[in-house]
Amino acid sequence: MAQKKLAIIATKGTLDFAYPPLILATTAAALDYEVTIFWTFYGLQVLKKNRSLKISPLGNPAMPMPIPMPVLVQALPGMESMATIMMKQKMVSKGVASIDELMDMAIESEVKMIACQMTVDLFDFKHEELMDGLEYAGAARFFEVAQEADITLFI
Amino acid sequence: MADTTLDAKGLNCPLPILRAKKALKEMASGQVLAIEATDPGSAKDFESFCTQTGNELIKASEAGGVFYYEIRKP
Repeated sequence: MAQKKLAIIATKGTLDFAYPPLILATTAAALDYEVTIFWTFYGLQVLKKNRSLKISPLGNPAMPMPIPMPVLVQALPGMESMATIMMKQKMVSKGVASIDELMDMAIESEVKMIACQMTVDLFDFKHEELMDGLEYAGAARFFEVAQEADITLFI
Repeated sequence: MADTTLDAKGLNCPLPILRAKKALKEMASGQVLAIEATDPGSAKDFESFCTQTGNELIKASEAGGVFYYEIRKP
């Protein structure tokens, strides 16, 4: 049986949105898929060597809060770091892997990582700031991958 | 009787599956991996994992919130 292939486009760079592409990529790799993730726009934040991903309660009306909190309170300085710290603690207590762990597992299981060169330029990122072993390419490269894929996801 | 035992208690998706995959990689054909997990989602996940990878789920049970699986490597 030919090896199945999964292609993911990851466009978001908050802590909560870094999870779906990495959970799906590592799981698919465990199911013997060949996996490629094309990281573009804010998704590039996840590829930073010193990533400090945050969650924001702002604009996330569905996010569970320990106590009801008006939007203006959520916008106060320090609320974002507080929400991030609380989310990270919750994840540890529930046995959820960290993004660093999932990224290490993705690399270990040979998930291919493509970084969008156009958005690297757009945000003035240097290749040195991003993880080693990335391929830098554009949309045409993604279609080459997606055309071969059994499953393609946009996250 | 299992050849290797994996303690995945307290771990959540996708860690039990990833750890099981890793453990199976180290094992020989025909050997049995026993897994203990507390993630209730793992019941369906290990079924799907075995269906898709050709490993055989020879036992799946639950007692007191602990899920127990035995998987035979093909």
